[in-house]
Amino acid sequence: MSKAIVLYLHVHQPYRIRHYTVFDTATRHDYFDAPYDSRESNERIVHKVAEKSYLPTNRRLLELLNQNPDFKLSLSITGTVLEQLEKWSPEALQSFKDLVATGRVEIVGETYHHSLAFFYSREEFETQVEMHKKKVQELFGQTPKVFRNTELAYNNDLAYWADKAGYKGILAEGWDKVLDWRSPNYVYRPAYTDNIRLLMKNYKLSDDIAFRFGDRGWSEWPLTADKFAHWLSEDQNATNFDLFMDYETFGEHQWEASGIFDFLAHLPGEWLKTEGHQFMTVSEACDTFQPTDQIDVPQTITWADTERDLSAWLGNGMQTSAINSLYSLQDKILQSSDLALIEDWRRLQTSDHFYYMCTKWFNDGDIHAYFSPYETPYEAFINFMNAYHDVRYRLSEKGFEV
Amino acid sequence: MLGWELPPHNSGGLGVACYHLAKSLAKKGVDIEFILPYTADHSEIDFMKINAAHPQDVEAVLKAGIAYDSFKYVKKDGEVQWIDLFGQSALYEEAVGRIAELAEFDVIHAHDWLTCRAGLRAKMLTGKPLIVHVHSIEADRAGKEGAGNPLVREIEGLAFMLADQVIAVNQHTKDAIVREYGIPEDKIAVVHNSIDEAALVPQAGVNDYVYLEKMKAKGYRVVASVGRLTIQKGLVNLLRAFAKVVQYAPKTMLLVVGSGDQYYELIRTAAELGIGDKVLFADFQRGKRYRDAFSVADIFVMPSISEPFGITALESIGYGTPTLMSKQSGAAEVIRNALKVDFWDIDEMANKITAVVQNDSLRDELHAQSYREWERLSWDDSADKILPLYNKHTTGVTA
Repeated sequence: MSKAIVLYLHVHQPYRIRHYTVFDTATRHDYFDAPYDSRESNERIVHKVAEKSYLPTNRRLLELLNQNPDFKLSLSITGTVLEQLEKWSPEALQSFKDLVATGRVEIVGETYHHSLAFFYSREEFETQVEMHKKKVQELFGQTPKVFRNTELAYNNDLAYWADKAGYKGILAEGWDKVLDWRSPNYVYRPAYTDNIRLLMKNYKLSDDIAFRFGDRGWSEWPLTADKFAHWLSEDQNATNFDLFMDYETFGEHQWEASGIFDFLAHLPGEWLKTEGHQFMTVSEACDTFQPTDQIDVPQTITWADTERDLSAWLGNGMQTSAINSLYSLQDKILQSSDLALIEDWRRLQTSDHFYYMCTKWFNDGDIHAYFSPYETPYEAFINFMNAYHDVRYRLSEKGFEV
Repeated sequence: MLGWELPPHNSGGLGVACYHLAKSLAKKGVDIEFILPYTADHSEIDFMKINAAHPQDVEAVLKAGIAYDSFKYVKKDGEVQWIDLFGQSALYEEAVGRIAELAEFDVIHAHDWLTCRAGLRAKMLTGKPLIVHVHSIEADRAGKEGAGNPLVREIEGLAFMLADQVIAVNQHTKDAIVREYGIPEDKIAVVHNSIDEAALVPQAGVNDYVYLEKMKAKGYRVVASVGRLTIQKGLVNLLRAFAKVVQYAPKTMLLVVGSGDQYYELIRTAAELGIGDKVLFADFQRGKRYRDAFSVADIFVMPSISEPFGITALESIGYGTPTLMSKQSGAAEVIRNALKVDFWDIDEMANKITAVVQNDSLRDELHAQSYREWERLSWDDSADKILPLYNKHTTGVTA
């Protein structure tokens, strides 16, 4: 009986906002152009991540693809990171193209700007999905057939939309409260849909790699490829193991010294040596396996935190007032026909900006869990609001009443 | 324990800090005799013995004003004499020496330079270990590295050198002691001050700053600063920043509560900056009006050039108002959920104040989060750091 690892990696970089003060508002519009040596410099961060993660990981992934004709994986790459790679690391972009050129790497669809637009404006959401599709077609010659929303934010409405939009699959967190007694290791059908399939992240196995791999205090440390393959083999009836994680797990979250690249290099061999074991892209999993049950998700779930909700992005008053202010400008922004202004407004929609404003972990002093270029969530909010006021100012300069 | 003041006869944070620290230490079983340089009724303090050290022929030493003023000596024959700070410090030394020879104790714990000579004499006479607790040093009070009164600097340098242990109220002060006097780092422990809910003035009735309350109802926002009006407190920078704030957020008022030698200079500066109509000077206040100054504000600003701790910042959080503090304050080492700026960075100060007065969501979240931190603060934690130092220097055992 066939059994597949569905490996899916998410690649993203936001346009971080520079230290942008009230004195900059209405005088300069370069919110995203921090000086190169500052913490918020997008160019510097792209250089660093390309060097530490994208280039070495892609080199190994390409080797694996060349060595193992049965190795496959899926990637989602946001529009904002693709643009930045075009500008600042064409060699990293080329390395992604080389992977896709093997024919065994599938690109997953999403919003161009890694936004939460689905929850604020369906029109804007669809525009961004379309923008992303065009970008992927242009750079990789593929059309996404499976969809993921930003932060894996998912509910019945989203599945309904994706079904109507013609996607064959959609991705979500395999959260216990949703699955109940069921296992994430099967294909499901979202409630109220006809054709689309639902793939659910096995977060325990995924986090073993993404979070626990380098933790020497973890009882399973060191995790080897054959041990991991053995764990998977133990689930006799499972069809698909959905290992979803941030691409930056390789080389950035887990450093090379942790042995993460060796793990990756050995996993295909260890897994494929058993008869019937396979790797599948997300589309193949949707095509191959029949749904075992229907999954009903009225409340939005995400892949973040113990709460698995949107509270990391929209959990406090700063976050909600910032995002509501931003989307309240939508009609006038779009009417302005000012492409630079529209693009800046979209870049401000990237979910990372709201994540940086999250205060819930800040008190615990766990600064490492707090992945942000700013010293405090308050700085993130202040920079964002000053940029927002500048966008408003630019609208008013065009004769709009704001 | 040697100290210069205790509430309610205090001029600032030093007396308050000594009071709470002694109280928490006493709660943990330390038997304290607190020696003050003046005569006053402290009958409400029952957790330690309080003694006034003054010359034998003197009936009473009365505090005339705030900490750095002269003292009034009333001799037994009725004669009255005014003595300045140095004279007072020397007389205190002499008197403490007499008490030290009679009293039984294990450790001498002296707060700040004014008690240092007395601490050194007590150590010389008895051989008991001396712990000098540094709330602020001369260079910081003078607002410049290497600066200050040379006589004060000499006393500080000597005392820090000869003390068995130095305690600094924050990392900034510890660094300054190392820099100014070349004291080895491992001799200096950092023990942050704290705050007690009981130390807050209870809320009562409507806010006394009626005008500001009415302006708030009309959409204004209030910035407040409370403290001595001296160079060290950095208020000129706040005025300059505030002049920029009102260009972006004209419906903003600044309330300044306190007195000091910069009072008139600050009033003049506000006028020169063209913000005379937006800055209210409310003079020195106690009790309800002290509390209400914090409560009426949307943001409390502590722009100090150096600040040993900055208890006002913690009081502000306790009174319901978030804070912007200079990175040069001890409180900035303790509270994470506060806005922080370098005291000289006027533009950034203005940027942050403007953000708060323009965004209630920022103000509310900042306060909600800082209050969670505030609730966890306790003087007992400070005492817990001092007890092992006592043990180390008495029994040689480090807990």
